[in-house]
Amino acid sequence: MKIAITASSPKLEAEVDPRFGRCQYFIIIDPETMQFESLENAGPSAKEGAGVSTAQMIIAKGASAVLTGNCGPNAHQALSAAGIKVITGVSGKITDAVENYKTGKFQPADQPNVNAHSGMNK
Amino acid sequence: MIISIASGKGGTGKTLVATSLAVSLKNKQKVQLLDCDAEEPNDHIFLKPDLDNSEAACIAVPEIDNEKCNLCGKCAEVCAFNAIAMLPQQPLVFTNLCHGCGACSYLCPQKAITETKRGIGVVEWGQAGGIDFVHGKLDIGEAMAPPIIRQVKKHAAKDGVVIIDAPPGTSCPVVETVKDSHFCLLVTEPTPFGLNDLMLAVEMVKDMGIACGVVLNRAGNGDGKVLEYCQTQNIPILLTIPLDTDIARIYSRGITLAEGYPQWQQDFSGLFNKITEMVDERNRCSER
Amino acid sequence: MKEIVVLSGKGGTGKTSIVGSFASLAESKVLVDCDVDAADLHLLLQPFILQRNDFWGGKTAVIDKKLCMRCGLCQQVCRFNAIKSSTVNAAACEGCGFCFHICPANAISMQPNLSGEWFISETKYGQLVHARLGIAQENSGKLVAAIRKEAKTIAEAKKSDFIISDGPPGIGCPVISALSGADIALLVTEPTLSGMHDLKRVLGVCQHFEVPALVCINKFDINKDNSRKIRQYCLEQGVEVAAEIPFDNVFTEAMINNSTVVEYCHNGVSRQIERLWDAILTKVRGDKSAPNQ
Repeated sequence: MKIAITASSPKLEAEVDPRFGRCQYFIIIDPETMQFESLENAGPSAKEGAGVSTAQMIIAKGASAVLTGNCGPNAHQALSAAGIKVITGVSGKITDAVENYKTGKFQPADQPNVNAHSGMNK
Repeated sequence: MIISIASGKGGTGKTLVATSLAVSLKNKQKVQLLDCDAEEPNDHIFLKPDLDNSEAACIAVPEIDNEKCNLCGKCAEVCAFNAIAMLPQQPLVFTNLCHGCGACSYLCPQKAITETKRGIGVVEWGQAGGIDFVHGKLDIGEAMAPPIIRQVKKHAAKDGVVIIDAPPGTSCPVVETVKDSHFCLLVTEPTPFGLNDLMLAVEMVKDMGIACGVVLNRAGNGDGKVLEYCQTQNIPILLTIPLDTDIARIYSRGITLAEGYPQWQQDFSGLFNKITEMVDERNRCSER
Repeated sequence: MKEIVVLSGKGGTGKTSIVGSFASLAESKVLVDCDVDAADLHLLLQPFILQRNDFWGGKTAVIDKKLCMRCGLCQQVCRFNAIKSSTVNAAACEGCGFCFHICPANAISMQPNLSGEWFISETKYGQLVHARLGIAQENSGKLVAAIRKEAKTIAEAKKSDFIISDGPPGIGCPVISALSGADIALLVTEPTLSGMHDLKRVLGVCQHFEVPALVCINKFDINKDNSRKIRQYCLEQGVEVAAEIPFDNVFTEAMINNSTVVEYCHNGVSRQIERLWDAILTKVRGDKSAPNQ
């Protein structure tokens, strides 16, 4: 099982990027083995609809959950429709976020937690 | 003849000029006023039209028949605006991102996509004391005004004088409004901001190959640089309206200058005559 | 760090002059001119450009005349009337790529569009991020987002207290882009029926995007009856009217003298603007519920 975390750099020591659609990188990680790959996100420069295109990339990667700071309505709808759990309000170090995920500290958000366009300006 | 009223800078008096010009001409000929400032339409406040006709301003957005869809993903691939996501079990449409280009429905190999309409505002029209009036109004929270502008312009009369009030600025909604005009009247004020934005607007109309002239509003305050600029660029100043607190007061109450001070009707008729001469002259030149 | 965006709906109500005054009043800030379509703030602040960047907006269709068979299919499918006799009108092209996908001769390509420039400048009031959108360009929303992001990066690096943003008129794409996620919106209105109509619409946009707002009535004495109605309306909406500025030619005079209003004069006008700035400070510092993202 893999989870996707928005990240400020392509390394495990990175911080969680608060944006989803326009985050810089993703860390796709197996919480059990801590094996991971990092992906650069094309979203920051997308003209519009960054949340939707980013969600499609995560769906294609087969992640079962997304950990991020904020997730807007379009991305939330796409991820949920594909059966991916969305956990918002996550901040701090990637490694801590994974640890908290494993110990069940996070609750999936059944609603987007920010308005559309929010990530454009962070 | 189509006359559009534009200005780079907002608040220079486009609405004042458009409404007073319409009022001054209405007893002499057929006049239509189109308010294309769909983000902030104001002309109706001054002309108080009976807006007894309306239609929703819509863009065509895709609707996917999940029975026919074989999840090939072509639609999501061709959409330049990321308005369709192809998920493992179903496609998902985000109509708020759709620009209504129609590529997805045309290109779907399964013919699984039809189009439905999404409202982004309203177009309303009616009579305003002898003036044919049409305006568009963008819904709050919607981003795209150009589709409404196109829809308002479809109402443009084929004869008589059509006066079009444009949004401020020089970007796509303004170009959409001003194109197809025979003449563009640029309203400015004699201040550094007015001049800077007038220069942008002049560049725009020159690019579009449309004849233009200037209305100088709030003359008397500010400096002489707009006059200098117009002289060097050979752009005629067709009307000058002074800075006058009485004019500002009647404007604040939603009264047109041509009705508040009827002596101005002659000035606006004169303005129209000068525009007609310039357009005729240009037509003669292009025929030669 | 708090981001303050100044909007009005209706143009010409005095946004830029007020932002210029805030530039002089605020101590630690980065300035950003989000009116990329008709930018004027640089005229007041006399910037020295440190860095110049190209802005690549959307894409535009380009037809290769050598490959084109003149079949006319592109013109037929284009909903934006952007193609006539195998030539693309770049100003009308939406960048959707429909023509590119269907051209039987593969004669059409989608090419990125150099649609403006943006700048980082030094002014005597601090750094200014500003831009110039090319004539007839779309994507002003994306350019606004780009310069806001840059202003934020600078403000973070300098540990500035504020980003002060001069917003565009209207309620559409560039306004949404300038507003979303800001800490507070100052709405500058005037007591004209047009100003009031537009205030209601732009306040609606603030409420839609959940950005707290404050109102300032400029030229309030032009129509005191309307000013009273604005106060009443704001009271009903739970929005504070933080200042009422009298009609005065000093806005124009300061502009002509390349100065800000609060530096140019010391009278009722400058006192109201100072009061307005204090009200903003109180609101952004005290309002813990304000979204801080």
